[in-house]
Amino acid sequence: MSAILPMPAAPPAEEQFDDAAQQREAATFGMWAFLATEVLFFGVLFAGYTVCRVTYPAAFAAASRSTDMLLGTIETAVLLTSSCAVALALRDLQLGGRRVAFWLLLLTAALGVSFLVLHGFEYYAEYQEGLVPSIRYTVVGPRAQHMELFYCLYYFITGFHSLHVTIGVAVLITMAVRTRRGAFSAAYSTPVELTALYWHLVDIVWIFVFPLVYLVGRSG
Amino acid sequence: MTRPESPVPPHGASYLEAGYSLRSWLLTHDHKRIAILYTLSITFFFALGGIAAMLIRLELVTPNGTLMSAETYNKAFTFHGIVMVWFFLIPSIPATLGNFLLPLMIGARDVAFPRLNLFSWYLYMVGGLFTIAMLLLGGVDTGWTFYTPFSTMFSNTHVILAAVGVFVVGFSSIFTGINFIVTVHSMRAPGMTWYRLPLFVWSMYAVALVMVLATPVLAMTLSLIALERLFGVGIFNPALGGDPVLFEHFFWFYSHPAVYIMVLPAMGVVSELITAGVHRRIFGYKFMTWSMLAIAVIGFMVWGHHMFVSGMSTYAGVVFSVLSFIVAVPSAIKVFNWTASLYKGDIEFSAPMLYALGFIGLFLLGGLTGLFLAATALDVSLTQTYFVVAHFHYIMVGGSVMAYLGGIHFWWPKITGRLYHAGIARFAAILMFVGFNVTFFPQYILGYEGMPRRYHDYLPQYQMWNVISSAGAVVLAVSYLLPLAYLLWSLRYGPRAGDNPWQAKGLEWETPSPPPPHNFESVPLVTDGPYAYEE
Repeated sequence: MSAILPMPAAPPAEEQFDDAAQQREAATFGMWAFLATEVLFFGVLFAGYTVCRVTYPAAFAAASRSTDMLLGTIETAVLLTSSCAVALALRDLQLGGRRVAFWLLLLTAALGVSFLVLHGFEYYAEYQEGLVPSIRYTVVGPRAQHMELFYCLYYFITGFHSLHVTIGVAVLITMAVRTRRGAFSAAYSTPVELTALYWHLVDIVWIFVFPLVYLVGRSG
Repeated sequence: MTRPESPVPPHGASYLEAGYSLRSWLLTHDHKRIAILYTLSITFFFALGGIAAMLIRLELVTPNGTLMSAETYNKAFTFHGIVMVWFFLIPSIPATLGNFLLPLMIGARDVAFPRLNLFSWYLYMVGGLFTIAMLLLGGVDTGWTFYTPFSTMFSNTHVILAAVGVFVVGFSSIFTGINFIVTVHSMRAPGMTWYRLPLFVWSMYAVALVMVLATPVLAMTLSLIALERLFGVGIFNPALGGDPVLFEHFFWFYSHPAVYIMVLPAMGVVSELITAGVHRRIFGYKFMTWSMLAIAVIGFMVWGHHMFVSGMSTYAGVVFSVLSFIVAVPSAIKVFNWTASLYKGDIEFSAPMLYALGFIGLFLLGGLTGLFLAATALDVSLTQTYFVVAHFHYIMVGGSVMAYLGGIHFWWPKITGRLYHAGIARFAAILMFVGFNVTFFPQYILGYEGMPRRYHDYLPQYQMWNVISSAGAVVLAVSYLLPLAYLLWSLRYGPRAGDNPWQAKGLEWETPSPPPPHNFESVPLVTDGPYAYEE
């Protein structure tokens, strides 16, 4: 079944790989597989949202109108800009840069933090208005309970999303520090590429969250 | 990139001799050592789940609750289910044999992400700690299915702890799945094309797909359960207009594919055992590969057959019923092809072969009774009875556990470098087949006669079959303890196995037993398909 090839001398990549190209291919593919996992993870929430909204369209529209569309739009802009920044950082690294990449990675992390802060303001305002199920919920009326379903989903979806943003910020800062220390070069920037992939996923999830949460009730 | 320097082992040393300290095991990146860590841990959890099973069978010897209260009984079968499904069956073959063999079979030095592999084991252990904490604090009484609204609104037991444990162990299996997919894609030796992969590798690939795509759904669903318990509100809460049946959809969207996580690896193992036992090529290799992928894919579309009586529309019921019949087709193809591979062959009735034959018989019976349950009209009368219990135990215990033990017996010489006593191993395999049937066949009859599942007492008319079933469970327990004894004995006293005691084909048999830390002295060059036996 098999013959013998000479063992390649001193593998340049981690010991399980033949070469750096194979290592990069494996790492990138692994990240894509993980992103598939993430899509299914959030998919449950979107499926739950779909079922509840189809069942109670009027309550969902009413609840959606009480969200803060201005803040939501600013958050969207902040997140999209951060995705652009991380893409530019990766490009700079691939072209052999380091300084610009470092600052762009920090900028991405900073935009991520601003997103979280803005969202914090939003949560606080909703708390004061009494829109937080189980903690402070003061909505009354015939649709109050079905609207509560909307708020549950809103907090679950944005909560899990913010958790992902937080993890992303931590990873981005790590990557920035490693960039500054010279860990990456034009030939090797895979960890930054993987971080960027993850960050784009966080961004894409938000692109679905934004219309579902902020825009449904305002379409007609 | 920095990584801890491993001490260079002396030339010719095996992976077992690469270091003896506890640290060399707990921080290892070697897929073979991680496989051993998994084997020890899942054996421990199998014993825990087995004790719970024995308590259940003891209680059911008499019609009235004599040994334990209804509450305790509920906790016992819940613990049995949670531990056996998530801490034994799901990781059983992939994390042990799969981890050990996948890189060997494709001619790689290790899996693609060795650190992630070790991390998966630690996640498994953390999940296990949560589960043990749940047990020590008083257990859970929801059943392993965590059905709402009981689990979210009414149960006063440690549902959150149990859910967190399963959540964590779920990520262990997601990471194992990612590792396997990437390893098969990018780590194959020169000449190892897709159609030259052994069927065990194909089964690991198919199961990894299911792990990666189904498990996150469970993770999120259990998170929602935990949040709903914490805050008292959520999308499964009927008081808000939420839908408890939605939980069932989400749960079975994972848990039906999970059945294939348990049985696909078993199919892979059995394909290896049979070809090695008759020294012939597998019949219809490409059909075998594509039927495994078909099972993995169609398995995602049949979850509704768990919910025929949950208030599903007739139309949905018919669709799920038809899809469930369709998933039986690739399974049947596999059974026919194994049989055809054996037909007029010179069969060597070694212990692994006996386990494989036992698997085929029990899987066949479990699969056929699955068709009964996929028929909507029949399911209405059989669901929630012991017929269902018997059906899935035939697949999971009769199928998966037989195959797991068959695989352990087949690759034991490779893993440890030692031979066990062949005669006593054959005896244990036969005893297991007998004990299993005595335990679970009566449950088909009980279910057909209408005995409901999940009660600690029953009508006196069911006692005879229950006593037979419990007696069988004792035989089954003995047949599980026997291998534990003689396999451990062989570690010290067994004769040296040599590189290829079965005269089997496959890259794993071309390297020393036990293999060196990097699996092969030189990179193998593959020039032929698997099972290249001369006929």
